[in-house]
This record gives sequence, C-alpha cells and structure tokens, in this order.
Amino acid sequence: MTAARPQRLQDYAPLVFPALMLTVFFVVPFGIMVAISFFRRVQGAFYEPDFVFDNYARFLSAFFGQVLGFSLVLATLVALVAVTIAFPFTFLLARLPRRWQVVWLVALLSIVSLSEVIVGFAWSTLFSRTAGVTNILVALGLMSEPMSLSPSFGALLTGLSYHAFPYTVLVLYPALARLDPTLMEAARTLGASPPRAFLTVVVPALRNTILATMIMVFVFALGSYLLPQLLGRPSNWTLSVLITDQAIYQSNLPFAAAMAVFLVLVSLALVGLSLLVGRKEAAQ
Amino acid sequence: MTGLVLDNITKRFGSVAAVDRVNLSVPDGSFVCLLGPSGCGKTTLLRMIAGLEEPSEGRILVGGADVTRTPAHQRDFGMVFQSLALFPHLSVGENIAYPLRIRNVAKAEQARRVEELLALVRLPGFGERPVSKLSGGQRQRVAIARALALQPRLFLLDEPLSALDAKLREAMQVELRQLQQRLGITTVVVTHDQREAMTMADLVVVMNEGRIRQSAPPVDIYRRPADTFVADFIGITNLIKARRGAGDTVLVPGGTLVGIALPTEEATISVRPEDVRLVPPHAAAITGRVDFVRDLGASIEIYVEADGQRIVAVASPRERPDLQPGAPVGLALPADACVVLGA
Repeated sequence: MTAARPQRLQDYAPLVFPALMLTVFFVVPFGIMVAISFFRRVQGAFYEPDFVFDNYARFLSAFFGQVLGFSLVLATLVALVAVTIAFPFTFLLARLPRRWQVVWLVALLSIVSLSEVIVGFAWSTLFSRTAGVTNILVALGLMSEPMSLSPSFGALLTGLSYHAFPYTVLVLYPALARLDPTLMEAARTLGASPPRAFLTVVVPALRNTILATMIMVFVFALGSYLLPQLLGRPSNWTLSVLITDQAIYQSNLPFAAAMAVFLVLVSLALVGLSLLVGRKEAAQ
Repeated sequence: MTGLVLDNITKRFGSVAAVDRVNLSVPDGSFVCLLGPSGCGKTTLLRMIAGLEEPSEGRILVGGADVTRTPAHQRDFGMVFQSLALFPHLSVGENIAYPLRIRNVAKAEQARRVEELLALVRLPGFGERPVSKLSGGQRQRVAIARALALQPRLFLLDEPLSALDAKLREAMQVELRQLQQRLGITTVVVTHDQREAMTMADLVVVMNEGRIRQSAPPVDIYRRPADTFVADFIGITNLIKARRGAGDTVLVPGGTLVGIALPTEEATISVRPEDVRLVPPHAAAITGRVDFVRDLGASIEIYVEADGQRIVAVASPRERPDLQPGAPVGLALPADACVVLGA
C-alpha cells in the first residue's frame, strides 16, 4: 500500500518544520564550514574570503593521510569491540525480568551522563602504575610489579569502547527486545545448542540492526577528540584532535574546516559503502 | 517403541501450579490433542515435553528412556510453534535445511532432503523463495517440513493452525492428519479448538486448570463426557439439574424422567441437542415453552424454556416443526442419550 501523493502545496506542510530545523542547524553551519574551507588564511590575523584550494592541498600529505587512516581504523575497531560486547549483553538484558531491565538501563544512562573528560581521567587512573589495575594483578601474584598501561593504543581503544558501550546498548535494545523469543526456541528444538542458536539465528536475523549500530558507533568514535589526548600517545591522535588543534590553538579555521569537510566526506563514503555491501548480502 | 509417557508431571510458577500432576500414556504412532481453554496448562505441558521448560516434578519418558533432563537440542523432537518461528533471514529451502546444517549433513544430501520435504508438504519448487513472500498456509507447511527434517521421534505442534482463516484451517486439519498417518509419527498437538481436536486426534486430552479432566477417543469424549466441564467444553450440550424422585423416577425442571439411575440425591444430566426430540406437549416427559427459534439453514435450533431451565433441541429442516416463540412444546430425552454427571 502506498499513500496518496501530495497534490497541493498544503500537503507538504508537515515537512516544513523538520526542513527548517535541518536547514538552520545542519545545512547552514555545514555550508559555512564548506565556504570557510576555501577561504585564505591571513598569517597573524584570522582569515579572509577567497576561493583557494591551498587548505585541501596542504591536507594531501603523507602525514595527514596517515592520521586519517589511523582515525578510520580506530573508529572501525571501536565499532567492532563495542558491538561485539554490547550485542550479547543486550540480548541477555532483554530477557531479564522487567524490573531488572529498568535497573540496568538506568545504570547505563547514568554512564552516558558522564562527560568524556571524566571517563578519560578515570581510565587513565585505572591504567596508571601507582593506582591502576596492575596493582591488583600484582596482589594476586600474576605480575611481579605494577606498570603503567597508559598512554597507549590499547588504553585508547578501551576508553573509547567503554564510552560508546551504553549508546550501543541503547541503540540495540529495541530490536533485541522485539525479537521473537520463539526463534531461539525453534533453533533449539531443531538441534542447535543455545550458543549455536544465538550465532546461527539471532545474529544473522538482526544483521541489519548490527550494521546500522556499527555505523553509529563508528561515527561516534570518529568525532572523539579528548580521549585520544588523555589515553593515547601523540601517534594515536585522530584527525579530530588535529582539527581541534588547528581551529582552537593555531587559529587556522580554513584548514580545520577543510579537514572537517574531508572527514565528513570520507566517513559518508564508508557508511554508504557498508550499506551497499549489506544490501547486496541481504539480496543474496 | 517410541510412545510417550508423562509420569506425574507438575510445573509450578511461584505458588501457582500451571500443570498439576499430569499422567498420560501416548501409544506409539498415535495422534494426541491437548485440548482446553487458554491458561489450562496445555502449552506449558507441550513445552515441557519439548524440553523448553523443566518440570518441577515428574518424569517424561520417550520409548522407555527418561528424557526429563535432556536439553531440547538433544531430544530429536520436531516442533511447530504458534508463531511458526520461521527464520526471517533464510529462504524456504534454507529454513528447512537448518536442522540438517546444524547436524553437518553433507550439502548434496541436504538439497535432496529439502526437495523431498517440500514435495511432502506440497510446495515443490519453493526452495528459493524468501519466507516473507509466502501466504499463511504456505508458511505453515514450511514450518511443518522444517520440524520433520530430522525425522523426529516425536512431532509437537503448538496451536499450529490458529493463524489461518476458517476454511484453510479445516483443510489443513485433514492434511495434517493424513500426513501424520502416512509417516506414522507420534504426534502431540495443543489446541483450544475442539473441532480441530475431533478431526485429527486418536486421543483427545481435555485439560482445565492444569489437570487432565478426561482423555479418551474423540467420540467417547463427545458421547461419554466424564464431567460437566468436559460436557460443556466439547460441543454444545444441555446440562440439566436432576433430583431423585419417587420410585425410579428422576425429577427435572418441567417434568420427570424414567430409566435413569442417579448415583447421588442430586446430579447433572448432560444431553446433546441433537438427542433431544420434540413431541406433542400432552404426552411428553418434559413440557415447556418455545423461547427462541434459530434457523441456521442446515439445521434449526429450538430454545425451550422448561421451568426456568433452558434446553436446546436441534431439528433438521426436513422435519421443520412449525413452532413460534411462546408455543407450548413437549420434549423427550432418550435414556441412553442422557449422561449422568456429578452435581
């Protein structure tokens, strides 16, 4: 069934408000950013209107290419880690009694309310030599002496995945709560052990949800600029860190804008690509 | 010998017993219907047989072996769910092949079995179709084929036909019964539809409030109900309050019956409407007035009011009695059609 096509001008009325909001809060700021990315920077001052490609040209270097590559790999890894942990977690959560589900969801929401700064400092303390988790391992006799785990790539990946986890659960929750519980039961009566039933029925049946959630976490991680500085080495800094650096500390808004535009385009391309791959697989 | 034996099966949820000390023996190759109103524990009982719920007490034996603590995936039973539970991400053929894939059956053998099963449920050539493109009846057949793929020892169905429209449901009842007879597989079906149970079953098990009220072949259930619940639940019946009278007579509202023995001072007599005969009022055992006439075309139901008791009689259109509401009428209740039940 398809709805009747809009005939008159009034029929488009419901679109006015969302269109207005999108224009004011998304299209206009992004347009300004695109415009600025072509402006010319004035040394010692700010910038002046122009139409030059200098900012993009400067970006096309091995250094920035490497940072971009690293940012994309990091965001992909965070998406994989967060969804891999959050999916079984949410599956079990959705099967708890209602009362316990509420307790867990409230706890997760309270983690969401923590700022990135607090999350970053908490993890850097946990990974420190003097007060960190290695002290527990030493006390248990599993390590000879405490060591510092931060800053490092592992610490950064952990912090980002932790930060993304509650969002991931909240995005997965509706789909997993709606999932017909008899699908698992049917798989079990057909000879699949519970873990096997989970992997052969629940995961593939929700692969579109999983893909969409991964894209969300990917974009989420791509925008992170505080955690890389708190938990990572300079070599682990993402493009977002460099954009912040250029925009705020170097006062080079045109270059920062150019990098931001590039980052948006590349991530849009990747998201589009993964949707395309997902659709092709679904069609097969 | 793959008969099913339920030995004192009880399932408690908190303090409520959903299934209460159920004992049942199902002979090998027979078709059993668990019948009862919603909430009577029939689905819980089926889920325990399938291994999806664990009984609080009692044992489940299949072919003499105790399977009470065997996990569902090791029981080798085929089950069709009320929701059908077809896997939405798999095609028809992949759905049916799923249990074979789990058992690591060779690909060629899988394909051969799928073709065989599709032919069995009369859906040849449907293997490539997505499940979402099927009609209700076709989805039903796919679920049945998938449940039968491993040649299960026991075939379990939970309200399998409830989602179908009335006509298709009747056709599928017959088809399911024929399929079961062809395969000779021990089958347990849960249903709340007594027509369904009467059509398909060798043995009808009527349940209420977690207990078995009667288990017998369909005709016996209908003709010889064990208690008022069964009499009332299966088909339409007249439940008439009776009291011992002088000699061997029985007093009922509107008259007196002879030839019936009441075990107690008071009891309930069950008479099917088709056994109630309309006779002229002057010579009748029971007299009353016509309350309402319901002409259904194929049959005519006459509601008679006899001293505060409603008695329904069914007449065929050929003997069309010319009765108007309010007219006096006599009723005859043949003694052999009256089933005496406890008070």
